[in-house]
Amino acid sequence: MNQLLYSKLSSLFKVESSLTTSIGQIQLDRPVMLASGILGISLDVFNRLYRSGVGAVVTKSLSTEPWEGYPNPTIFSVKGGGWINAVGLSNPGAPNFAKMIEPNQEVPIVISLVGSIPEDFEMMIKQFENCKITAYELNLSCPHVAKVGLEVGDDPELVRKIVTIAKNTTDVPIIAKVGLGTTHYLNTVSTAIDSGIDAITAINTIRAMAIDVETQRPILSNKFGGLSGTPIKPIALRCVYEISSKHDIPIIGCGGVSAWEDAVEFFLAGASAIQIGSAVGDNWIDVFNEINNGILQYMKRKNYSSIKDMVGLAKKS
Amino acid sequence: MQRNHNHTTIVTIEKVIDETPTVRTLVFSDNVMSNVLPGQFAMVWIPGINELPMSVMISKEPGKAAFTVRKHGPASTGLFNVKEGQQIGIRGPYGNSFDLKEGKLLLVGGGTGLVPMIRLLSFVKPADDVTVLIGAKSKDEVFFEDLANNMLENNPHKVIVSTDDGSYGEKGFVTDLVEKLVNESHFDGVYACGPEIMMYKTMQSAHSRNMFVQASLERMMKCGVGICGSCCVGEDLVCRDGTVFDGDHLSSNKEFGHFYRNKAGILEKY
Repeated sequence: MNQLLYSKLSSLFKVESSLTTSIGQIQLDRPVMLASGILGISLDVFNRLYRSGVGAVVTKSLSTEPWEGYPNPTIFSVKGGGWINAVGLSNPGAPNFAKMIEPNQEVPIVISLVGSIPEDFEMMIKQFENCKITAYELNLSCPHVAKVGLEVGDDPELVRKIVTIAKNTTDVPIIAKVGLGTTHYLNTVSTAIDSGIDAITAINTIRAMAIDVETQRPILSNKFGGLSGTPIKPIALRCVYEISSKHDIPIIGCGGVSAWEDAVEFFLAGASAIQIGSAVGDNWIDVFNEINNGILQYMKRKNYSSIKDMVGLAKKS
Repeated sequence: MQRNHNHTTIVTIEKVIDETPTVRTLVFSDNVMSNVLPGQFAMVWIPGINELPMSVMISKEPGKAAFTVRKHGPASTGLFNVKEGQQIGIRGPYGNSFDLKEGKLLLVGGGTGLVPMIRLLSFVKPADDVTVLIGAKSKDEVFFEDLANNMLENNPHKVIVSTDDGSYGEKGFVTDLVEKLVNESHFDGVYACGPEIMMYKTMQSAHSRNMFVQASLERMMKCGVGICGSCCVGEDLVCRDGTVFDGDHLSSNKEFGHFYRNKAGILEKY
């Protein structure tokens, strides 16, 4: 349609803009989610984050048993932007965590799970039978812990079994979080879709490291960690675009979102929601409402009534 | 160019001072750290060993700062063992700082919790009437008593030491002294740093009498920047919302004084 005509018509029929979004069956009031691994440890903090504008909280990745994670240093701020972390998936374990969040009714919680074998995921999902859960996110992409995360995501047979067992264990939607491993992430996405996955989160941090030149040693205690933040945004955006070009699957964009423009880029590339992690370290939790407001202003300006009006628009040309 | 506080800066330890058999002060040159506010902390990297949050200690010489560390776990023992000439990494400063009132002040420090109290002392006005309470297990573990007295030589002041075993100063817990003092007279500001139970009782004693009270909390920290969530106390993140909190705020926190989180993030009782 003629742009001028369109804008004139739009101003005649001004729509009410809303931040609500759907990721398949998952309904959220706001499209900005807290990424896994960030702050996701106590219900009090979840409530605070919800008041601060997150549409859903994704928990730290939970394992069958409590994990202490790696010794410090576990995080490194990269000159030029971004963070490298190797926290090592420290978490209280799914059973303890389920008990903690049982009272929750208000906050939409996405439970992130990490495990080595399909039965781990079955056992963990069963822990949450008495909890109000928005979705599960399978961590198939953490790049710095052995035998889980990316090492699992790189094994198509394991991915197929894990997604299948998760789908058979619960009716709650299951999301797979993919990353850049040795198996092409588009193949992992295909495997997950063929096994019945409900949505994809793309991407996780990218395996990286930092060396101190004075003391001449790797800084992180684990040597390797995952790079997050603004440097990985263009890569994450490319992945979302590629997935949405190839598959008809709801996508959550994750990687380097620090401003509303970044979020909108992900929507235009095909994401229905986005996750934020590193920007919390830079801008603290005000970042959620700042981005929500920026998205809303953009929607009003473009006369969009909901997020889905702009999902994938960049693919039209 | 101003340095990004998140970027690690390597500094060389220039002097090591033995304060007690288990406490040492490590002095280094760094303009940023020499100017931090009382209550702020740095993340300190001991290469090859660990990284831990440390309250920044003053140094008498301009452009210098220090860390005063008690050997306890692997990280603090690693820092305790750093020798003159060795390099460590620092990032920060992080966190907020004490809101120093004027008038009659009470500062309560237990163990290395004295560090931010000493830093706070360097900001008191000459007219302030300052009482410093130093809590220690035994005579061997008393430090900074002379330093506090020297820093306050131009003020009306008292420095009172209490030891748990009575081997020096008053016998008993420092919190019993706090209760006695706030019961006798009004303080315009009460400040505490040290073991959590000490801070909790100090907060209760002062807050129940409507006195302004602040405490600098300590929790296990990994990132120091509000990402990892390890240091949460209720809905507060010690690294980002603190480390200093008001009595008004603390008195409504369900975890302060009762629970801490272990490395896996599980709540445990004190």
